[in-house]
Amino acid sequence: MIGRVVDRSVGDRSVGDPALGDPAARGHVRPGVRALLRPKLRSKWNRSARREGGRVRLAFLGVLALGFWALLFTLIYRMLLYFRGAEGIGDLLAGKLLGIGFLTFLMILLLSNVITALSTFFLSRDLDLLLAAPVDPLQVYWARLTESMVNSSWMVVLLVVPLLAAYGVMYGASPPFWLLAAVVLLAFLVLPAVAGSALTLVLVNVFPARRTRDLLALVGLLAAAGVVLLVRLLQPERLVRPDEFRSLVDFMAVLRTPTSPWLPSEWAASTLLTFLTGRWDAFPLVLLVSTAAAALVLGGVLHLKAFPSGYSRAQEGAEQQAGRTRSRWAERLVPARNPAIRQLVAKEVRVFFRDTTQWSQLILLAVLVVVYVYNIRVLPVGRTADVSFFLVNVIGFLNLGLAGFVVAAIAARFVFPAMSLEGRMNWLLRSSPLDPRTLFWTKYAVGTLPLLVVALPLIVLTNLTLEVSPLLFWVSTLAMVGATLAMTAMALVLGALFPNHETENPAEIPTSFGGLLFMMSAVAYLAAVVALCGWPVYRILRARLAEVAGGPGAMVPDVGLLPQVLGFGGATLLTGVIIALSLRLGVRRIREAETFVGEGAA
Amino acid sequence: MTQFIDRSGEAPPLLELEGVKKAYGRFQAVRGIDLAVPRGEIFGFLGPNGAGKTTTIRMVAGILQPTAGRIRVAGVDLLDDPGTAKRHIGYIPDRPFLYEKLSGGEFLRFVAALWGKEGPEVEARMDRFLELFSLAAWKDELIESYSHGMRQKLLISSAFLHDPDLVVVDEPMVGLDPRSARILKDLLRSFVEGGGTVFLSTHTLEVAEAVCDRIAIIVAGEVQAQGTMDELRTQAGQGATHLEEIFLRVTGGDEVADLVGALAGEVR
Repeated sequence: MIGRVVDRSVGDRSVGDPALGDPAARGHVRPGVRALLRPKLRSKWNRSARREGGRVRLAFLGVLALGFWALLFTLIYRMLLYFRGAEGIGDLLAGKLLGIGFLTFLMILLLSNVITALSTFFLSRDLDLLLAAPVDPLQVYWARLTESMVNSSWMVVLLVVPLLAAYGVMYGASPPFWLLAAVVLLAFLVLPAVAGSALTLVLVNVFPARRTRDLLALVGLLAAAGVVLLVRLLQPERLVRPDEFRSLVDFMAVLRTPTSPWLPSEWAASTLLTFLTGRWDAFPLVLLVSTAAAALVLGGVLHLKAFPSGYSRAQEGAEQQAGRTRSRWAERLVPARNPAIRQLVAKEVRVFFRDTTQWSQLILLAVLVVVYVYNIRVLPVGRTADVSFFLVNVIGFLNLGLAGFVVAAIAARFVFPAMSLEGRMNWLLRSSPLDPRTLFWTKYAVGTLPLLVVALPLIVLTNLTLEVSPLLFWVSTLAMVGATLAMTAMALVLGALFPNHETENPAEIPTSFGGLLFMMSAVAYLAAVVALCGWPVYRILRARLAEVAGGPGAMVPDVGLLPQVLGFGGATLLTGVIIALSLRLGVRRIREAETFVGEGAA
Repeated sequence: MTQFIDRSGEAPPLLELEGVKKAYGRFQAVRGIDLAVPRGEIFGFLGPNGAGKTTTIRMVAGILQPTAGRIRVAGVDLLDDPGTAKRHIGYIPDRPFLYEKLSGGEFLRFVAALWGKEGPEVEARMDRFLELFSLAAWKDELIESYSHGMRQKLLISSAFLHDPDLVVVDEPMVGLDPRSARILKDLLRSFVEGGGTVFLSTHTLEVAEAVCDRIAIIVAGEVQAQGTMDELRTQAGQGATHLEEIFLRVTGGDEVADLVGALAGEVR
């Protein structure tokens, strides 16, 4: 026997009731924020609970997060300890640091909220269902705002916790401080969330959603790039080197001036700092909390007024621009005889450059590279002193590790998601006679070549800037080529082993468990290569230095064949084994992959 | 109408399934299927939700590997020599993901290249299909601006583009307007008249009854009945003339009438 389909018991009782037309009187209760958020929470819970090895994964991530927190806490705590040593200006420096920290967080939050709000409010697939239901629009706003805020703020919260903990412990904070910190943090997170969603709402009302997404991605990245460049070129390291200021008065003046008195970041920092230093001032707290509350109300009003028209506009996706994709240059990029390889490469290039959210990240990347090279340039390495010969070469090796890390980060962003994104097209690729090896090798080539274009100039340019010895120049350049080949292979295979077919945003894929695993493996591999190559290079350079310093007939330490064979040979072997193993494993994984998006078992 | 190469003189069967099983962990989705589909036939594969239709379809398309059993296409074993076997197949899935940032023309060219085909012949064939499905004006538009039905039509075109011997279709009519649905029916018929073979799964019994030469009904991973409409009527016994009645009888859906009655009482 089947159960009753519609429970009309309440409605039956209301026969003859003047409130008959009111759905609430008939037993329909409008869902609140909690009910609207529940499906997302349940989905997340179900996904992690049902995943094989979910608990191990969770425990692993937990330990990793704790380790990260401990490291960050120690770093900040030590810095505060150092500031405290500076008589008279210690608190000012600590305050300045907190202000700069909150200001940076505010900018990051604003950018990520704008981009997240576009998906949560306008592009999310469940919106049709939600908007067709008799739900209070204001409840929709609160629910979507909460979702947007959580999605774009969790990383900042991860960073803020050890920061505030370090301040609390340093100043011996009383228990109410932690409560105050929680209130301040919440109010601080609400403001950029409301501002971000409001800005998105206004933009969507002006441009179509797809164009808005492109526009936001571009503007957001340009802004982020600008901030990174500005912060770097302002040389914040001067703050901790007071000797560079003309007088102590100048330095104190810089410290006393609030970084941005009209921004919530300053209010948050002031609230916490006045509490910690015993000069409690309630005004910044009142300002912060009341502004957040007012923003929530104004955001709600704006949502009620502008969301329906904005959502309608956001659906206007189709626009015909005849002939714009007729060009076939991409198909002539590789001279392969196999048409499948030519079309696979062309497809990769087209899909990448037609997606603004993808290619625009190259801007940020270019800025990071510029900042990196600039940092190397401004390193205080005296090139005239004898000792600097050695120092330059040590830094040269560090440079190999760091430049390798930059390449690993790029591989994580662009190569790691490749197989996840292709997973949705498995139905076509697997039903075609295409050899999985061809697919994997094409992906590998398409990933490696652009990375080499970044890696090689990076290492050559920084080595030339550092004026390293010819030996180190060639060793590090060759090591970089090997490392790029190995790390691309690692990124591709780990991406295939830990795919994420569910997300609509490729930028989210590297933040998964597999992405983390790739970054850790890449760092371990880089450390091994630097250590293996560093050993013989150190011995060779030490011998040359002794030769130069001692003149003819001086005692020159023996370089030894063993370090050279073990060092250079070991690094080459390690790289070769990683590449071969990754490619074999990757092809096997593609052959065996049977899971697909949105398709049930039967 | 698009012309297909005449293969009617060649030897049957084109598709053979021999003791095909598929398990997902402990769950047995397909419990041993034996089928033989000759050339020049539209073979319908029916069954209730979760009966194992899509799993079978995807094993035939070469996407999933059977846990046990053999699948042969044009005499070539799909497991032993997938590259050669798949050259004979064109696959139309029901809810596929497509490259949103490629244009329709670029997507078709890409698919043709996967089957090792390119050049003026492919271009001409591509234009004919796009014309047939009224997509010619959309050839250079990105797929992201296509409607659901347009995507489906693009997929159908892509499956026929490399001139396959066997077309595997999962829910062929989903999302199509009446004109396109009619075109597809004619296309399938013209394809099999030229010696091609169609293996399709559907829930729409009218489509199956109107289009298929033979039908198999699968329940809980096993074929319960198969044959022409007349053979099925005989198997289902007295009173079953239409496919719906046969289907309900074979799948144990007789109690549906009681269920609908009860529901109607509730809703009224």
